[in-house]
Amino acid sequence: MADIPLTTGQPDRGAGAYQFTGHTLYDPLIAWEANIGNRPGKLVPGLATAWKADPKDAKKWLFTLRKGVKFHDGSDLSADAVVWNLNKVLNDKAPQFDAKQSAQVRPRIPSIATYRKVDESTVEIVTKDVDALFPYQLPWFLISSPAQWEKLGRDWNKFASQPSGTGPFKLDKLVPRERADLVKYTGYWDKTRMAKTDRIVLVPIPDALTRANALMNGQVDIIETPPPDVLPQLQRSGYKLVKNVTPHVWPYHFSTQPGSPWTDIRVRKAANLAIDRDAIVKLLNGLATPAKGQLDPTSPWFGKPGFQIKYDLPAARALMAQAGYSASKPLKAKIIIAQGGTGQMLSLPMNEFIQQSLAEVGIQLEFEVVELENLYLHWRSGAKADMNAGKGITGINLGYVTADPFYALTRFAYGRYQAPNGVNWGGYVNPKVDADIDKIRVSFDTKVQDGLLASVHQAMVDDALMLWVVHDVNPHAISPKVKEFVQAQHWFQDLTTIRM
Amino acid sequence: MLFYILKRFIYAIPIALGVTLVSFMLVYLAPGDPLNAIAPADAPAEVIDALKSAYGLDRPVPVQYGVWLWRAVQGDLGTSIASGRAVGAEVMSAVSNTLLLAGMAGLAGVLAGCVLGALAGYKSGSWIDRIATLLSVVGVSIPHYWLGLVLTIVFSITLDWFPAMGAGPGGSSEWQWDLEHMRHLVLPALTLSVIPMGIITRTVRALVADMLQQEFVTSLRARGLSGIQVFRHVAKNTAPTVLAVAGLQIGYLMGGSILVETVFAWPGTGFLLNTAIFQRDIPLLQGTILVLCMFFVALNLIVDILQPLLDPRMGRS
Repeated sequence: MADIPLTTGQPDRGAGAYQFTGHTLYDPLIAWEANIGNRPGKLVPGLATAWKADPKDAKKWLFTLRKGVKFHDGSDLSADAVVWNLNKVLNDKAPQFDAKQSAQVRPRIPSIATYRKVDESTVEIVTKDVDALFPYQLPWFLISSPAQWEKLGRDWNKFASQPSGTGPFKLDKLVPRERADLVKYTGYWDKTRMAKTDRIVLVPIPDALTRANALMNGQVDIIETPPPDVLPQLQRSGYKLVKNVTPHVWPYHFSTQPGSPWTDIRVRKAANLAIDRDAIVKLLNGLATPAKGQLDPTSPWFGKPGFQIKYDLPAARALMAQAGYSASKPLKAKIIIAQGGTGQMLSLPMNEFIQQSLAEVGIQLEFEVVELENLYLHWRSGAKADMNAGKGITGINLGYVTADPFYALTRFAYGRYQAPNGVNWGGYVNPKVDADIDKIRVSFDTKVQDGLLASVHQAMVDDALMLWVVHDVNPHAISPKVKEFVQAQHWFQDLTTIRM
Repeated sequence: MLFYILKRFIYAIPIALGVTLVSFMLVYLAPGDPLNAIAPADAPAEVIDALKSAYGLDRPVPVQYGVWLWRAVQGDLGTSIASGRAVGAEVMSAVSNTLLLAGMAGLAGVLAGCVLGALAGYKSGSWIDRIATLLSVVGVSIPHYWLGLVLTIVFSITLDWFPAMGAGPGGSSEWQWDLEHMRHLVLPALTLSVIPMGIITRTVRALVADMLQQEFVTSLRARGLSGIQVFRHVAKNTAPTVLAVAGLQIGYLMGGSILVETVFAWPGTGFLLNTAIFQRDIPLLQGTILVLCMFFVALNLIVDILQPLLDPRMGRS
């Protein structure tokens, strides 16, 4: 990470930043279980002890707040404080509205329409439509202290250096771009999640090799994302590599718009069968797992797809032949890729590997290489946009976070989520999937939800909506001085689990 | 002389204005969207529009330039989109760290370059000359990034003599003149010093070797001056050129330290530029480039003024 993420409440710098200045300093109403590593986490009570949709009007959600919770400045958590925080990011007329925090969290809580205090310990939130998946949006929305903001002269910039949340750590010192010192908050309400270390110093070191050097030199004790080629040296020197199943996938997202070569499902399936994913994992020195779909098979939403994603060159060639292509008459396609950046893993070597692999079954790829920021523009614009279709781009390679049902599945599969309404980039439309997603939105039973989500994932895989390659494993390299660190199967990591 | 200095000052004004225009426009020519620094990649259009308006990015580019320039001449470089801090404060903090690093690297490079160059020039064709030439070629050719990594592997990881990153303990950049902080300076300064060392070695060698062939040196020797007395004349005659080259090199070090500062996570202007580019933090990027360019302009101005003081012939011409 190039910088210390925002400390005012809603961190910037993506999902991975919540572990540093999000869920350390603050709490959400509904939390994500991040202190276990041997299974996927689930939604758990945070500052709300209970939440439920009104049986008479499923758009109304009632949140019962936890009693006795104090912010770091000593003020009390209350329904007023929660409403104040909702205004902070959703109401640009409110004095406490902060455009920067709003920009971070508004896209992550799109369902909220209105909200009000019901009584001292109850808050009502009304969603725009019935949305049974709404609770999954709330771990992104963190609650900061109105009293501290008032005390600091209603100045969010001052609040950044002296923040006050309810989280397990307090901020002791902040030097933007250089360091943030977090100290254990002994008054934390959740005694099962008390910090195991008294102080954690966060140091942003954007260059991977520099991070690895700092670890080996003893300047830091834990680093994220060590470079793959340094792993053998790290392990030989006694440093431990910790990795886990992580909600992330590295795919090619196909355009299914008229004129795209990927409209033929045989071609999409052939591409999926032409990749030796184990070899890519080897290329990354083990820092990945082969993808079998959008999700890892351990996910409750994986389902039972009929199309098995594996390495099968003869089957891939046969499908290409059926579609009318061969080595002498190859299919040509242009894919837009990033030269690197967050979530893109080793973009260029991996893309070159795919290029060579697909050439073996008669698919000739041409790459348009851009910076990640530029790639996002192409992504948001959708395959149909002139900047994509007009330049012959029919596929986009972008690492996707797949943390919850919306992020993993529905945003890519729902027919109505095409640009500018969403990131169903290729324009995928499957009436059965749309019907399933409509049912998910009104199904409040978690088991029913899980079943329907599995059905959506099955359809995505059976339709070979993307070329799924690998999942990231969110690797951490750890000094022997660290006695304990639980790595959750998520981008949210719980730093309270670190014990020296 | 006063007229000469005044003229140089007046010449610097259009250069400085040109620099502001180029540094402002450069970031607009780069692809990508600055709002990605503050909004998630999948932020809806209404969020993007609200942010554009909040940061004034919805106004025509010439208007944005005018507003930015007007504020810049008053010393206000705007606010960093990413950190919310004043760009001026961010840049000045980084500049002080880079000045320290570039100053140390420059000093080491100039001293080593002058000594090696003078020795090579005096002993032209000897083994000393060959070694000096080899070192100067290596100095200008070797990639900084690679040398920094090699030095880190040898002196930080293997021998554990020096820290691998940062300007102080625990990532802190609050500089103090103590042994612990000096240890952080050694490897980046050493890495950065090889280029000025190489260039100045070559320059001094060529100048000294040429100077020794000049008639006035023969005449000085014929008059019975000692070797040291002759050397003083040679040094005085080579000084203006060496000063010009050294001034430029220190300027290059200020802006060109981006890779070295990244390798060593040194919190200077190079590191700041790197961060600003990654974050698409336009005000920070513009402010940093502007300050670096102005530093270059000022350095050239100082060199232009100092040169005639050392060599009065230049002032007269």
